[in-house]
Parts: sequence; C-alpha cells; structure tokens
Amino acid sequence: MTAATLESIAREARDGFSPARIAAILLRYLYLLKSSWPRTLELLYWPAIQMILWGFTSQFLMTNSSYVARAGGVLLAAVMLWDVMFRGQLGVSVSFLEELWSRNLGHLFVSPLRPYEWVLSLIAMSVVRVIIGVVPAALFAIPLYHYSIFTLGPPLIAFFALLLIMGWGLGLIIGALLLRHGLGAESLAWLAVYLLAPASAVYYPVSVLPHWLQYVAWCLPSAHVFEGMRAVMFEHVFRLDHFFAAAALDAVYLAFGGAVFLLAFRSARQRGALLQMGE
Amino acid sequence: MIEVGALRKRFGDTLAVDGIDFAVARGATAALLGGNGAGKTTTLSMLLGLLLPSSGRIRIFGEDMLRHRYRVLPRMNFSSPYVDLPHRLTVRQNLTVYGRLYGLASLSERIDSLAADLQIVEFLDRQTGKLSAGQKTRVALAKALLNEPELLLLDEPTASLDPDTGDWVRSYLEAYQRASGATILLASHNMGEVERLCTDVMVMRRGRIVDSGSPSSLIERYGRDTLEQVFLDIARAGDGGAQRVAAQ
Repeated sequence: MTAATLESIAREARDGFSPARIAAILLRYLYLLKSSWPRTLELLYWPAIQMILWGFTSQFLMTNSSYVARAGGVLLAAVMLWDVMFRGQLGVSVSFLEELWSRNLGHLFVSPLRPYEWVLSLIAMSVVRVIIGVVPAALFAIPLYHYSIFTLGPPLIAFFALLLIMGWGLGLIIGALLLRHGLGAESLAWLAVYLLAPASAVYYPVSVLPHWLQYVAWCLPSAHVFEGMRAVMFEHVFRLDHFFAAAALDAVYLAFGGAVFLLAFRSARQRGALLQMGE
Repeated sequence: MIEVGALRKRFGDTLAVDGIDFAVARGATAALLGGNGAGKTTTLSMLLGLLLPSSGRIRIFGEDMLRHRYRVLPRMNFSSPYVDLPHRLTVRQNLTVYGRLYGLASLSERIDSLAADLQIVEFLDRQTGKLSAGQKTRVALAKALLNEPELLLLDEPTASLDPDTGDWVRSYLEAYQRASGATILLASHNMGEVERLCTDVMVMRRGRIVDSGSPSSLIERYGRDTLEQVFLDIARAGDGGAQRVAAQ
C-alpha cells in the first residue's frame, strides 16, 4: 500500500460522513427485498430447513449419544449460530452482488456516497437479513423440539455479535475479490464460508481436529465461539478467554476485510472497473 | 468550470488518453467527439472520479477533483445508456434512493416535478427494467437532474433512441441548459446532435484531442458543409492529419 493510497483513503474518510446516505442505500436493498417475495422466502427457507434436519438428528442422538444427551440443544444451537455467521457474510456479499448484477456502481459512485458508507450500509443490511432468516428458525424450534436457543441467556448476545462480525469481515473480503475478479468469482459468496466450517468446530470440540488444524481453528473467531457455546451448555460457565480471543480476532478480521475492500475499490477505480462491472 | 491539464490514462500497454488539455467555460455546452476507442468515455469517467488518471490534473468548480471529489460530486451528475439503474426497483424507488443520496429536501415534490417535465409520470411505479429504451433514457435523465446539477456529464445521451425520442431529449437538454445555466459536457458519435447542442467541440482520436473549436468554426476551417464531414476528414486523415487537413 503506497503512502498516496493511504492518504487518499484517510482523506475520503475525513471528508464527511452521512447516516442519511447509509439509510438511502439500506432503503434500496429493502425495496429490493420488498419487490420479490421469493427473495424473502429464500432468507427464511435455509435456516428453517437446517433447523428441522438438525432438530430430528438431535432427537435421534439424544437417545443414542451421550455427548448430545448431556445437552439436548447443542446441535440445534450450533446450527443456528453457524447460520448467523453464514447469513451475516451472505448479507454483505449478496447486497454487494446486487449492485454488480444491476450494473449500478457507476451511478452510485458519481453520487456523494463514500465507499465506507456503502460498506456500512452492506453491514446494516446484513443485520436485517440475519434477523429475517435466523430469528424465525429459532422461534420455530421452541414448539417443534422444545428447545429455545434463548435459554443460553446473555452469552447468546455475545455469540451472536461475535459471529455476525466475523461474517462481515468475510463478506468484505469476498466483496474485495468480486471487485478484483468480477462476477466470475460470484460463487465465492456462497462457498467460501464452508472452507472455514471444518476448522470452526461447529458440531464437535476443537480437540477432535488433527493437531495442526487446531492451530488454524484457534485463529478463527468462530471456533472460540462454538467452544464457548459448548462451555455454557455443558459446564454452565461463560469462558471469558474464548470471548476475548474471539473479540480480538473479530477486530482483526473486520479491519482486514474493510482495508482489503477499500483497497480493491481503489484498484477498481484505477482499472475503470466501476463502469464496466456487471452481467 | 472544467480545467483539464496533461491528463493521461494508461491501461497496461494501451494509452487510452494521451496527455489532453482542455477547458469548458461555465454555461457552455461542449462535446467530446470521436470514434470508438477515441478516449471519450475514459475522459468522462476520469472527470466523474470513477476512473483514476495515470497522471494529469482535473479541476472542476475550482476544486482539485482528484483530492476533493466529494466537494464536487454533489454539484454535478451524469447519465449514460450504458450504466443502468437497478432494474427491479420502480422508477419512483430509484429516484427516491438517489434523491436521498444527494440529500435533497422536498424529494417527493422534486420527483413529481421532474416526472411531469420528463413525461414519466405514467410509469413512475413501474419496474425500471420493464421500460423501453426511450423511457429508460428519460428516467436516467430524471436521475441525472435530481440534484439540479451545475455540471451535467452525458455519455451518448441519445444512443439507441428513435429519431423522435432523440429529438425530444435534445430539446429537453436545450431547455434545461437555457433555464438553469448549467454546463453540459457530452460524449457523442452523433454529429447532428453535437452541431445542434454544442458551443464547443473537442475532436478526439487515439486518446488525443486533434482539433477543437465551435461547430461552425470547424466546418469553416475544413471547408465542409457539416460536422459529420469534418469528423470523417479527421478520422481518415490519420495521426497528425487533422491540422494538415484543416490547413489545406
């Protein structure tokens, strides 16, 4: 990164910030969601299906696995929290893709919209998409499986926030790759997060992983969150060490994602990609 | 209003814009004229801040566009048939989003007024992607005029329009320019359009401005009857030929 690039990014950040512009872009994504019920249904569909599949699996394992029997909701809680991260990342990536699909970047960035305001609107939309997708699935689980993720209590808020922030960081990194490689890299938006799933130890403890992969796992905020979740469910303790490790890693992921995204945006301006990018 | 100096843009081995200098005065309607690949759209993109120059200077409203583009962007706008508005949003939704991006007060009234002027009232609540080319052009123009820009940049504003709609758009732009005193810079292949609308013309070829002047002065200098004939002379004269042809 050159000094000129850093200075340019800093100047753009200083040159004024407008919550109204962020709200305008958020409104654009909400209009889009409102215009198509299949899109809204799709947000609800996968979390609900995941919850149903893992709900029945949990019911079966309750009588066949001492691990699950110790805390009946451990798999359901894991699947719902994993979805928070996945939907958080998708919320950023898909809203970003909407602009590429509609070839709208040229109009957006001749307006006074700053790139970081766009990032914040993508993040805000990600929260909306996660709430639409995950909260109904969590509520359905209560009558269907007599399990409420809300019994996790206040730690749930911490787990939710930590996974969501990790999702934003990943979403921004994927956005940067899309800015660099265009729609040819579109499938990354749906696939990239699964690369991290094995090391995130969503359904099993990190100790199950091969030794070398455990080092990778401890570099992921998600692995700390899921270990923390199991500690709450099995031992009834909130592990501050995992909380602080996840929070620190989240800060790194988000800062790295934001920086890479803004650099990719600047590179797109150098290559003239903002006008050309699209279907 | 616009001052460009030694502006250059290189993409790999290709020099898309090769050290051009020009100025456009406040209230003028100017055109960048040239064939495909001449560098018109690249130049407009750099003026808009969508594309970073390899080197050179751009000052708009006296501000350095490369350092302070956010002081400039609220006072200008842009329309191009090659940059879409989101298809799934209705026309009103698109105009609302862009109006909010520009921080417009009384946005509903502004949209209604523009819709009446540009005759788009009947499809304000239709999805933008379902409009005809002519309707989309008028909607794009409405978006470009939302913030009552002092500087309007237009990339081929009547491309792919039928003659009647093209004429309507040109008349509207003339009326807007007269009423607002705005400066307009357009890139076009349409010589008739440029002859009718523009006070200044810069002819580009291979990234350079090879000649410039008012349409009438260019026609006179080249001893031709129309700007199209001048354009053909320049296009066929080859590198460095424009001045030679003009001098003959």
